[in-house]
Parts: sequence; C-alpha cells; structure tokens
Amino acid sequence: MSSLSIPHLLGLQNVPKEDINLILDSTDSFLEILERPIKKVPTLQGKTVVNLFFENSTRTRISFELAERRLSADVVNFAASSSSVKKGETLLDTARNIEAMKVDIVVMRHSAAGAGHFLSERCTSRFINAGDGAHEHPTQALLDMCTIRQKHGTLEGLNVCIIGDIAHSRVARSNIYGLLSMGANVAVCGPPSMFPYDLEKLGVRVFTDVDQALQFSDVINVLRIQLERDAGADFPSLREYHNTFGITRRRLEKLGRDITVLHPGPINRGVEIESEVADGPGSVILPQVTNGVAIRMAVLYLIGTRAE
Amino acid sequence: MASFVFKNAHIVDPVSGLDTVKDIHVTGDVIAGIGDNLSPAGAEEIDLRGAHIVPGLCDMHVHFREPGFEHKEDIRSGAAAAAAGGFTAAACMPNTDPVIDNAAVIAFIFDRAKGLPVDVYPIAAITKGRKGEAIAPMAELREAGAVGFSDDGSPVHNTKILRTALEYGSMFDVPIIQHAEDPYLFSGGAMNESIVSTELGLPAISRLSEDAIVTRDLMFTEYVGGRYHLAHMSTVGAAQAVRSAKSRGLRVTSEVAPHHFSLTDEEVRGYDSNVKMNPPLRRRDDVIAMKEALKDGTADAIATDHAPHAGFEKEVEFVYAPFGIIGLETAVGLSVTELLLENWLTLPQLVEKLSTNPRRILGLPEIRIAEGSKANFSFLDITAQWTVDVQRFQSKSRNSPYHGRTLTGRPLGIFNNGQLVLHR
Amino acid sequence: MKILQNIIDEHGFDRMLSRLAHEILERNQGIGNLAIIGIRTRGEFVAQRLAARIKEIEGVGPDLGVLDITLYRDDVRQHLRQPEVRVTDITFDIADKHVILVDDVLFTGRTVRAALNALMDIGRTRSIQLVVLVDRGHRELPIRADFIGKNVTTSRGQEIRVRLREVDDIDAIDLVSIEE
Repeated sequence: MSSLSIPHLLGLQNVPKEDINLILDSTDSFLEILERPIKKVPTLQGKTVVNLFFENSTRTRISFELAERRLSADVVNFAASSSSVKKGETLLDTARNIEAMKVDIVVMRHSAAGAGHFLSERCTSRFINAGDGAHEHPTQALLDMCTIRQKHGTLEGLNVCIIGDIAHSRVARSNIYGLLSMGANVAVCGPPSMFPYDLEKLGVRVFTDVDQALQFSDVINVLRIQLERDAGADFPSLREYHNTFGITRRRLEKLGRDITVLHPGPINRGVEIESEVADGPGSVILPQVTNGVAIRMAVLYLIGTRAE
Repeated sequence: MASFVFKNAHIVDPVSGLDTVKDIHVTGDVIAGIGDNLSPAGAEEIDLRGAHIVPGLCDMHVHFREPGFEHKEDIRSGAAAAAAGGFTAAACMPNTDPVIDNAAVIAFIFDRAKGLPVDVYPIAAITKGRKGEAIAPMAELREAGAVGFSDDGSPVHNTKILRTALEYGSMFDVPIIQHAEDPYLFSGGAMNESIVSTELGLPAISRLSEDAIVTRDLMFTEYVGGRYHLAHMSTVGAAQAVRSAKSRGLRVTSEVAPHHFSLTDEEVRGYDSNVKMNPPLRRRDDVIAMKEALKDGTADAIATDHAPHAGFEKEVEFVYAPFGIIGLETAVGLSVTELLLENWLTLPQLVEKLSTNPRRILGLPEIRIAEGSKANFSFLDITAQWTVDVQRFQSKSRNSPYHGRTLTGRPLGIFNNGQLVLHR
Repeated sequence: MKILQNIIDEHGFDRMLSRLAHEILERNQGIGNLAIIGIRTRGEFVAQRLAARIKEIEGVGPDLGVLDITLYRDDVRQHLRQPEVRVTDITFDIADKHVILVDDVLFTGRTVRAALNALMDIGRTRSIQLVVLVDRGHRELPIRADFIGKNVTTSRGQEIRVRLREVDDIDAIDLVSIEE
C-alpha cells in the first residue's frame, strides 16, 4: 500500500497500523535527502502550506517549516500573537479566510483539544495536527516511534514507558495510541494526581514507582514537566518531582543495564531529567530532532500528494 | 367569544383521573362541556382522532434570555418555542441582565408575556446579582410573583448563604432550586470526567462535583428545613442522595432534563459544541439511573433547561463554547421515545412529570380537565414519527444535538388563555 | 493483458547486455570515472547486471548506485499517482563522474527527466548518458537514449513488459496488448 487511508493527520487514535508503517517506511528516503548537499526535492512545488500556530512553539514550527521548504512548498507562517485572533477573530473566521486563500495544507497547533477537527470539518484544505490542547501531537509520536525503531529494529513487543504529567500531555496520548497499534507494550509512570481518569482502559500498565517502571522498560519517554502550570496543584514542587520521578544517572546505574531515553523537548535539566542522562549514551534526543524533520517531510508528502 | 369543540381525542388527566375518548367543548377560556358527539352551535370543530389531550405541560426550567441577551432568545420567541413544544407554561431562570433580583424585572417579564398563550413564570435569584454573597429580597420577589428561587447557571456554594436561603426561604413555601456544582472541582471543565475525556484530552468535570454538593445540600435541608429542589439532576450519586432524602421525609424534589436520559458522553467524540452543556452528558450508568429515578419517583419532573445560544457563540472551539442546548421543541419527542416506548413510564405518569408535578412544585394553580375549569391543555400525538429539523424551530437559536434524529411522539398544539395554537 | 510478440528471450537477453556493456566501454574509452546508476525499480537490476558484465570485461567494477525518483515525478505533484517512495542509495560522490543512467524502457521520457533533476540535486556530474533495454517511442519530452538494446514500434494500447530473473523468475521482454 502506498497511500494513506486518511486524508488528514489529526491524531493517531484509530489510525490503521498500515498507515503508520507507511509513514515510518517512507521516512528513510527523506532522511537520505537530509544527507545531501542540496537538501531539497521539488515534490510539493506549487503547494501552499500554512503554519497556523495559535500556541507558542518555536521548535515544532521550525521543524515543520524546514520540512515544508525542503519539499519546495510555499510556506506562510501565522503566529497567534501577531494576528487578528487578539482582536477577537474567531477560529471560524480564520477557517473561512484560509479557505478563501486556497491553501493546500494547514499545519495547526492550538491550545484547545479538538481544534483540528473543528477546522478540518469546515475547510477543504488538508490538515496536519501539530498539537491540539492535551489531545494529540501525532508527528511527535511518529518521530518517537521512528527513533525507537531505528535503535531497536522493531516496535513489536518492546516495553515502552512514558513518564510524566500524562493527564495534560498530548505527546503521551499520541504515543500511547501509536505504540499500541504497532504492538508495543506500553506503560505510564507518574504521580496519581497526574493520571487522567480510567487511564488503564487505554490499554497501558500504570506505575507510580519510577524504579519499577525502569525495570519494566526497554525504552523510556520522559515528558517535560510544565513549569508554568502544575506545581502546587497537581504535585507539591519541582524539587519533590525530581526526587521522586527524575531520571538521574544514579537511577540508571541502579538499573544496571542499558535503556533508551527519549524526550520531546525542551528539556528542564535537573527536573524530569538530569543533564548527564540527556547527554548520555542511552539518549536519542538529538536523533529525535533529525528524525522530526524527516517524519514531517514524509507526512507532508503523503498527505499533500494523496489523490482526492 | 370564540368557541371550539375538540373531537375524538383521548383525554388523559392524572389529576381528575380521566382516561377516556371524549369531545371537549370550550367557550372562551373555560371548559363548557365534556361528552360524546358534541356539536354545539357556533363552535369550530377540531378533529383530534388518534391524538391525546392532557393538562397543559409546564417546563419548570428554561432560559428566555430577556432582558439582556435577546440575540439568543426573548420572551416571545421562547414562548413560541414552548408552544411548539406542547407547553402551556414555562418558568424562566434569572441569569438575565439585569438579573431577576428585584420586583421591577419581574414586572417587566410579566408585561412582556402579556397576552401570550403560554404562561411565563419568573424564577428569582437566590442572591443579589447571582453573586453568591448576599440574599436577594425574597419577600419582595415572592410578592411580585416569583415562583421559586435559583442562582442557576451558578451554584450557591457559600454554606452560610445556603443555610440562610433555606431558612429564610422556608417562610414562602417556594422551592430553593440549586444548580449543584463545586466551583473548585468544576474549574475549566468542558465534559464529563470519564474514559472519553481521557481519550479526547478535554478538561473534565467530575461527577464528584454534583454528588458532593447534593449530599451536602440535603444535609442542610434536613437540619434547617425548607424546600429544596435539585435542578438538572444527572448522576447516579445525586439520584441515590435524593432517593434517600425523600425516604427520610425531607421536602426535596428534583428534575431531569431529556438530554440526561437520552445521550451519553460518547456523543462528545467529534467535538461538536451542540453536546456541551452543564451538567454535562454522563455515562450510560447515569442515563439508566435517571430513567429509574423518573420511574420510582425520585425524579419528580422533566424540565428541559432550554438554553439558547446564537450560532456564532456556539461555533467555536469546544472548550470555549458556552454551555447549554435548547430543548423545548424536542422534549415531548424524547420523553415518548425514551420513556414511554421503553416502558419506563406510562402515559399518565409521563403527564405527571411534564405537567402535574412541575406545577405543584412551583405552587402554580392546579389545572384539571373538567367541566367549569379553565381550559389549559396540550395536544399530543404519541405515535407520530418525525425527524427533527432545527431550521423549522420557533426558537431563535439552533443549538440542539438532535437535528436529523427521528423521534416518536410530537406535540400537535396547545390551548390556553383562550387561544388555540395548532401546528401543521 | 495479452502477449502479442516476444521481443527478447533469455538468450537474447544475455547477448544484449554484453553488447551494451561493450558499447559503453568503447564510447567512454574504458572504465575510468564511470558510475552506473539504475532507476528504481527494474533499472536497478539491469544496472547491477551491466556493472557485473563490465567487471568481467575490465577486471574492475564501476561505482554502482540506485536512484529513486518518486519525489521528482510530475504526476505525483498532480495527485495522479502516489507510488511508494523508497531510498536513493548512492554512496559515492557523483561529482566529476560520467554517470551511466540505466532504465528498462524509454517511453515518454518523463522518468528520465525526473532522474536528471534528482541527479542534479545530488551533485554535479561530468556527464550523464542513458542506457535502456527498449526504446518504444512516443516521446513527450526531448530526451534520447545513448545506448539502446532494441527499438520497438508500439501503439498506445500496447506495453513493453520486461521480466527480470531477480523478481520475475525469468528474463524476457514481450510486447503486450493492454486494451480490453
């Protein structure tokens, strides 16, 4: 199969395994392009891509923008603070404007869960979700899975644990849906006050002890603790979080074997992860970034050239 | 003076005990006679073969948005929606602007409703401005015509205010109607807390919020006395608490909205803001508990919590959309489809929930279908199948999740205040 | 699909490849700076065989690579097709090389056009020469082959079907009819 079964990438929940495989398999050819002196192919020439970012995110936007430009697409950036959203323009009006400007692909990040569904139902453009509230961040999970597969050869049967504020994390949700589809054994770890309701019903094992979680895992994905939001209400302090759940060199030494470490970035060094671990031998954080551009190129290619 | 004879309708009146097919002759706004083959001179004949006549339905929880938010609805359009839904009376909530917390606003509402076939009864605020800080002048409001008190839209959370409202309010023999919610647990929530909210990544409202406040409120009612009415009950826990309170003899009543006995939180998948309301759609267990509550009397009334919002207000991101859906024009259809057809209630019991009990709780004059009584009835066809088309609604707003759905049971019209309203 | 005529059978195949290898070496006066690059998919296998044949003749093999041109196709951009994109595998520097581009059939010329664009993006070659097993005419672009196995006149309702031992169990080139 060489075409996606879905017209938009709004999330990984209910996305067939074949689609995920197609994206992961296509990524190799885009990685090769990133090795060339001329890192560009004409595939999306003449197509217009709008990066609709209602929420601040330099790194994700840059990653998408690089991917778009390397496919020769025309790129337009829309950052919320500089836009009419502040003046009260609704998402619906934004949608209508996009439609009128005949944009081919919209890459959107928004703070409201379901914002991608809202727009994709009202515009004919193709949609790629770059993060909608706490709901999904599919390209992040795809690049995570790509990175894991590069290192371990397969996702099937692998023990992967996601550590952190699961309740508020779209990275966690997309990873859970994607990894389960690909046959991995998925677990989560964190303080109970950061678990969403009925979490086990998603099909994951739940740990509240990070050492036990490490013993289970071949791979860990360490989530960023949101400094802006959580301290005080969902857990007492960053210090306590670090002492209870922080991934430190000592913890990994105690484990006594290798373990692959992912992090979606940006890293809060000294909180959820120690510098030595982030820069250490098991860390694949930098490959995640490289793979991120290639994955996004693969997604843009597959969504952008898909027949009607 | 206009005169009508309604022929061949099946009359069901739980108050007078009538359950029979007869003709009803009405002169002006009084029932002149009930019998067989009536053909009084000068009376317009309306053939209602196959239909039912019941005492006029009363929706004890609507939001007519006037004064202040007339772009969503106003008293006339709201009353038209009520009539279209088969209701002859509606009690409107005080979250208007200005709030119904003084006699002048009550007089305004009665004035705006003058001459309509639907009786509009204002519910006044419990606290001034609905701010939850100081009790509103209940005596003045009662005197002006308020039929109950509520801060609906918001809970009365301050325990001292709650106590005073129940105690002071007990003088008036009107219900203190509580929107049961804990503002700390509620904060930012957009849907019921369940596996669905977990999957969708939406901020969630735990049923703890309703259960905890209802339980607390009932303890206060037991200690202090007074009459407590739970608005839009929606959870297993709340139903259990109310059931237990009633069995202990407390003066507690409750209502359920049709969306809480017909839809679950699974509807929220798809992020359509037409399924966003407060209390939110709950789980399957809660829906069944609402039907059981209606069946065993724990829930006294069906009330729609008709909450109109303009299209541009609702057509935004789910988390930013205002809470509320309209309900007047689908209440009968949903009640027949979900309760009558599934044998949770008989027709007389359904009439009690939609007419007899709401009127009794609000202290409205009892209506009965009997010679000499004021003519106040609803005409229903409980077998008709119809597809909901929101574009044909009388309400100014369209925020209903039932568009396109086929329901059984539709209102055919009403007769009240000497006026006949028939839907074709 | 109906076979109308067999163009080349197993024996003819080997002879044709030998002849082409000799032609390439003669034109380029030996193997120096030569690189054989096959266009996926079947061009890859033909390129491998040509490289092996050249090695037999010269004693040393030329650089060998595979080119995937999916991302350069103009029909992909038009949403007409979405073939599977696979990896381009060229591990040597193509700068200053004489690249021998290899494909099985030359038809409209669009595939070769895309391959030329891809090669240009990878590096600046000294020259690019094209070798094909069959030239079936009907060019839509000004593209021509330098080394041709066989010229075959075809109509639009026909196709040249190339089967290769590596994927099809047999070497054969047939003219087939694709009309109903």
